[in-house]
Amino acid sequence: MVDAATGTMGVGTRAAARRRPGLFQRKSTIAFLMALPLILIIALLVLYPALYSMHLATLNKSMERFVGLGNFEFLFKRETFWMVVQQSCIFAITAVLFKALIGLFVAHFVHAIPNKGQRKWRGMLLVPWVIPPAMSTLAWFWLFDPSYSAFNWLFALVGIDPVPWLGDAYWARFSVILVNVWYGAPFFMIMYLAALKSVPEQLYEAASIDGANWWQRLWYVTLPMMRNIILITVLFSTIVTFANFDIVRVLTAGGPIDQTHVFATWAFKLGIEGGDIPLGASVSLFMLPILGLGAIFILRDINKRGNEA
Amino acid sequence: MAQVTLRKVVKKYDDTLAVRGIDLDIADKEFVVLVGPSGCGKSTTLRMIAGLEEISDGDIAIGGTIVNDVPPKDRDIAMVFQNYALYPHMTVHENMSFGLRLKKVAKDEIKRRVENAARILDITELLARKPKQLSGGQRQRVAMGRAIVRDPKVFLFDEPLSNLDAKLRVQMRTEIKKVHQKVRTTTVYVTHDQVEAMTLADRVVVMNGGLIEQVGAPNDLYHAPTTKFVAGFIGSPSMNFIPCRLEEASGALIARMGEVSLPLPEARTARYKPYVGKEVLFGLRPEHMTERRPYATGQPQDFSVTVDVVEPMGMETLLYFRINGVEVAARVEPTSAVASGEVMPLAADLAHMHLIDPATDKVV
Repeated sequence: MVDAATGTMGVGTRAAARRRPGLFQRKSTIAFLMALPLILIIALLVLYPALYSMHLATLNKSMERFVGLGNFEFLFKRETFWMVVQQSCIFAITAVLFKALIGLFVAHFVHAIPNKGQRKWRGMLLVPWVIPPAMSTLAWFWLFDPSYSAFNWLFALVGIDPVPWLGDAYWARFSVILVNVWYGAPFFMIMYLAALKSVPEQLYEAASIDGANWWQRLWYVTLPMMRNIILITVLFSTIVTFANFDIVRVLTAGGPIDQTHVFATWAFKLGIEGGDIPLGASVSLFMLPILGLGAIFILRDINKRGNEA
Repeated sequence: MAQVTLRKVVKKYDDTLAVRGIDLDIADKEFVVLVGPSGCGKSTTLRMIAGLEEISDGDIAIGGTIVNDVPPKDRDIAMVFQNYALYPHMTVHENMSFGLRLKKVAKDEIKRRVENAARILDITELLARKPKQLSGGQRQRVAMGRAIVRDPKVFLFDEPLSNLDAKLRVQMRTEIKKVHQKVRTTTVYVTHDQVEAMTLADRVVVMNGGLIEQVGAPNDLYHAPTTKFVAGFIGSPSMNFIPCRLEEASGALIARMGEVSLPLPEARTARYKPYVGKEVLFGLRPEHMTERRPYATGQPQDFSVTVDVVEPMGMETLLYFRINGVEVAARVEPTSAVASGEVMPLAADLAHMHLIDPATDKVV
């Protein structure tokens, strides 16, 4: 890297070279000034709302009195809260797991397609991820309609009883996870495909000479080589899935009887629809430590192992 | 016993023939080097022996068993790749023992074999490291170690030294030879470097255009090439080929090359007689064109040239000049004081000459 500050000093005298560069000549100052617009935007759009919601979470419903952790105490005593915690975890873990598995499977599949036809498949498989989820979820909503939908109509044709996709708590949970997987798997697929392409072909050849079968090549070569990409994708997707709002909101709006609520939709329901903004803020803040811990562990592992490949 | 036999082996990619039907017998414990320019089919041949490429036609047998449809893991071979192909997430020990662990060899046995191979290759202190922490030469050793611990029937080397710098390459070349002397195993080694081929091989297989040009011991190929390609490929700087016209004068044959005329050895008169009056190629290695020496052996023939370029190499000096329109190299003693533009008297040792029929590119 060119040192902007010392680069100009080469022509100066020795005495000048020894003097500390001025505040506005230092590399760090220049870098800070360059990054300042972005820092300001982040502060305005991320930091301010985050701090403000922390502040809100400490107020009472009418936002007039400081109640400390009172909102959290209240939440912890409510059954629905623990159900939302449970549902958020089930939703995020199951959805991410299936997205990762399907993504890996499809990526292998696409990787095996000769290069000529691959672009077409890659493009088509990315479609679910490119459509705005609020829109595509609406299409799913119609597909799940109990009386007039494609699914139940097909089931009726082969003599299976209609399924109450969004009416029954378990089916509704299944449905929101299904749509989330459908929406998110292409992202995993494209990330894993890129990772697969970066594994040198000769490693597989060496492994096959070493006596590894298909499964052992996957387990001992492919997965370790993809490890960092897998971890980062899973971390990223867990955060996004955990905080999912649109799919649950459009598909079930949390119903039936709050059974499919995740943190974001329940916070919305309490805060915006129910008019108790401090309580809603407390719910959404509850995600922070859970995700933070996960992120720290995964990123630490990547840092530790990241330099070996 | 692990001889490797190739019978009419063909490799076809879509419409192009990479290997056009080659026959080769490699004896047990023999070190055979496949050498040739890029695209000659040598790597493809090696990969077919390894089972990494399917063969389009013909048979490959290892240890007497035809292995055409046997997957690589069941051929009992070990391969060293050009870029080493070490598993980056495994330590040296894990890399070397991977094949044995897959085969479920007992732990003690794995430990013994890895330590033994590490001792042979002098990498014992590297066993706990990961490939990224190794230098190019060390990675090369680990790749060889991974092959040795398997104790395979056949070692396959695919241009293993190409990624090393020149000095290390020479050093590792010696290492490979030493290892082969310790671990006597049938070895097939692919390279495009004829020096590697000459120094390592028991027998060299020169390939060109998907066919075998010539098979033989290094010195046989050097001194008795059968084709123009082999004559030109083996040896550095390569053999001089000078267009000439054979003439007969009072029973003796003369090669006329522009202003230079050289009488050919009497012993070859009968062999070369059918070519009298024809345009042929006269081949002579640079070391057989030297300054005139009082102790010269053979049948030195004197001629003089105007030197264009002088290249002092330290142990010898190369002279470049033109005869009959082509550039010709000669090797002289480093003490020869000659400058470009000067006329230099030289002597050609015609006992080592070759005559090539340009119609067939075969050595007469």
